[in-house]
Amino acid sequence: MSTATQIAATLDALQHKGLLRLLTCGSVDDGKSTLIGRLLHDSGALADDQLATLEKESRRTMPQGGLDFSLLLDGLEAEREQGITIDVAYRYFNTAKRTFIVADTPGHEQYTRNMITGASSAEVALLLVDARKGLLTQTRRHAFLVNLTGIKDVVLVVNKMDMVGHDQAVFAAIRDNFAAYAAEIGLPRVLAIPVSALGGDNVVNRSATMTWYDGPTLLEYLESVQVAPYGAASGLRLPVQTVIRPNQDFRGYAGTIAAGVARVGMSVAVEPGGRTSRIKQILLGDRAVDAAETGRAVTIALEDEVDVSRGEVIADSQSRPPVSDQFTVHMVAMSEQALMPGRPYLVQIGTRQVGAQITHIKHKINVNTLEHTAAKRLELNDVGVCNIGFDRAVPFETYADNRNMGGFIVIDRISNQTVGCGMIVHPLRRADNIHWQSVIVDKGARAALKHQKPCVLWFTGLSGAGKSTVANLVEKRLAAMGRHTYLLDGDNIRHGLNRDLGFTDEDRVENIRRVAEVAKLFVDAGMIVLSAFISPFRAERRLAREMLAEDEFIEIHVDASLETCQGRDPKGLYAKARQGKLVHFTGIDSPYEPPEHPELHLDADHELAESLADRIIQYLVERKYLE
Amino acid sequence: MLGNLDRLEAESIHIIREAAAQLGKPVMLYSIGKDSSVMLHLAMKAFYPARPPFPLMHVDTTWKFREMIEFRDQRAREMGFDLIVHVNQDGVRQGINPFVHGSAVHTDVMKTQGLKQALDKYGFDAAFGGARRDEEKSRAKERVFSFRSANHRWDPKNQRPELWNLYNGRVSQGESIRVFPLSNWTELDVWLYIRRENIPVVPLYFAAPRPVVQRGGAWLMADDDRLQLAPGERIEERWVRFRTLGCWPLTGAVESRAETLDEIIHEMLVSRSSERQGRLIDHDQAGSMERKKQEGYF
Repeated sequence: MSTATQIAATLDALQHKGLLRLLTCGSVDDGKSTLIGRLLHDSGALADDQLATLEKESRRTMPQGGLDFSLLLDGLEAEREQGITIDVAYRYFNTAKRTFIVADTPGHEQYTRNMITGASSAEVALLLVDARKGLLTQTRRHAFLVNLTGIKDVVLVVNKMDMVGHDQAVFAAIRDNFAAYAAEIGLPRVLAIPVSALGGDNVVNRSATMTWYDGPTLLEYLESVQVAPYGAASGLRLPVQTVIRPNQDFRGYAGTIAAGVARVGMSVAVEPGGRTSRIKQILLGDRAVDAAETGRAVTIALEDEVDVSRGEVIADSQSRPPVSDQFTVHMVAMSEQALMPGRPYLVQIGTRQVGAQITHIKHKINVNTLEHTAAKRLELNDVGVCNIGFDRAVPFETYADNRNMGGFIVIDRISNQTVGCGMIVHPLRRADNIHWQSVIVDKGARAALKHQKPCVLWFTGLSGAGKSTVANLVEKRLAAMGRHTYLLDGDNIRHGLNRDLGFTDEDRVENIRRVAEVAKLFVDAGMIVLSAFISPFRAERRLAREMLAEDEFIEIHVDASLETCQGRDPKGLYAKARQGKLVHFTGIDSPYEPPEHPELHLDADHELAESLADRIIQYLVERKYLE
Repeated sequence: MLGNLDRLEAESIHIIREAAAQLGKPVMLYSIGKDSSVMLHLAMKAFYPARPPFPLMHVDTTWKFREMIEFRDQRAREMGFDLIVHVNQDGVRQGINPFVHGSAVHTDVMKTQGLKQALDKYGFDAAFGGARRDEEKSRAKERVFSFRSANHRWDPKNQRPELWNLYNGRVSQGESIRVFPLSNWTELDVWLYIRRENIPVVPLYFAAPRPVVQRGGAWLMADDDRLQLAPGERIEERWVRFRTLGCWPLTGAVESRAETLDEIIHEMLVSRSSERQGRLIDHDQAGSMERKKQEGYF
């Protein structure tokens, strides 16, 4: 065989290699970075110039000599300075048998979110233990999180065996201890390997000293472990990313197959909705194929003209995914901003974004002890079990069945940050049984009787800005004009409907949610509703806005400076707050987020309440709210 | 079970489709190199039989190899895509020159500032780039959907967590997302994929006799008459090729006889140096890439 043919054959083989995604967890002290560095080094993945840089930098961090493999991995400058791994770093190496993507994640408890992020795409987890220390709280935490994210294959890497004299009994005790814990939390497959990353024992090369160990080396295991892709055996699930329409003759639905196999001629259903058709054509790029398996990015054309949009799922009509809008989920808080019940979020699940609210936090899980504790909010890195409601029903699978159909991220509507993630445990039956009562006399009919267009005048502003005063004046004038109104006032509502709520951030969110729901019912009844609440948070005001039709929500910022309000202090509240007798008081120790684009901005520092009320009436007349 | 290349291909197409579906006005940055060629190929696949719903843009520093520009224009003609070429005219007026001002100033003005100008000018809210995480340490932590503030800054300490195959592309007015579909590819993957898919690349990647001068331990190609020889330097003809392509005064050639695709991949497999070694920009100082990226460099 000529050299050229030999090279071609080698490259052909490389093209068909498999890929394995790994997660490594454990702290710097356990020698995690050293282990990965050792893996890269001994498998020949480091280039000469990388080795030269490593040798040069090692002289600074390890004056006593040797290679400091951790330098290869701690990427960001801040991390190098602090000597810790903060974020998830991805590493790549390959051997003759496989290529590997390593998500290297930090070990400390305050980096739970980073570990979850790295774990979400991993198929195998390497859990590091220091042989001298045995199982630590940290080890249990990592095992719990690995299990939570659905990784089924775990290697317990018992490192630093050189520090315990390569003692088999030490290894066996740690292995058995962990096996008991794994059984308790339900980790299915665990392999324990005794290694010394520093000396290279049982990482790539077999240990010369630990001859009592007859299992595979770490690399042997990684090169041979068989990981089944999620959902390969279930019915077809294709979440549609985008519709491809180059011309009148072609309409294709593009997406990545989340489960099952697509075949030409197969009968499919589009969920939600259940419209059915058959697969006419499957495109892999510009190539038409008869079938495509889980994980492929495809474009599918259907026999019939069914209208499918982004976010819908094309599924095997013989085994359709369940559809629901209420779930029990595991949630992880991933931002400084806590996750709170009642607050309006966006959820991205599959290729769909929906509005969502946590309806109830059942409990928080202590990731170290697995204890359950009650919680009103989930703070950064908290893991909890919650009920969550979406504003639309979505097709899904439980996370245990399919990561891509049962995992979602939670996005803050204002900052657009990803503030958390969730994993569906099960749907709530309740959702199936609640149907909207359809009525014959509707909102339009009720409003027509009253000769007005129903709406909510939502007054917001600091305590003492004059919200109630102005609202009262407006209501009085409307009444004089023969209009039907109702005033919802902060104090009155808190004496009745909301008397179970206090003034913490969670309770404020719930307070406004209830007020918005009540306002919506009154609008449905055809009324002009005036609501006068401090309503300090943009997110909650937006929630109220989104519950109503576009022109039904009129946000009125009664804008008075803090000095003016403190000077007025009609209820003596500022005085109390300053003395510390009142906590969570807006403007003092709780923030007020002014509206960015209110329909009306009223200058309550300089204008009198009467003239402000005039302006509101004028607005309603001009916009034809009053016939 | 899908192989490595198939999984990478599917992931990249998923990312490209997701960005195009979520963002209003994306653009694909086309730098003419092998990674860009792969990215463009994947974009064509992602939307076939339709055309990708975004234009291509090349930020031209005016110091690219002539063969790169020829290749760019030829590909644009053949494939019939929309190509925007942007040059930082302020930099041209100031006569920015990598030989005179050094690589750091040249790269900042002609590349980073040029890119920001172009993004602002057209109002793009997403820009695809062909960067890979295995190229450099600070890239290893960058997200696939990497958020940029209204003044194009990257905040490595405040990145959006990225889970499963879910990418959060929500931005407010003026903010944008840099999208890196090839994040998980290695240099070897890129070449094997080029081989499998028959993707055309710039001939400079293949060895040929070329006029070069030895400077700073690297072979510099005399691509045009703007190269000024220092005393003692002389231009000679050698068999060389390039592992990465950028501005010719900043890109070192390696001596090689690898004339075919199989030969260059084979040479890479047995070679013992990493690809960015030929890039003079990375060696300015430790952490230099991270600093440049914070300022808006790709």
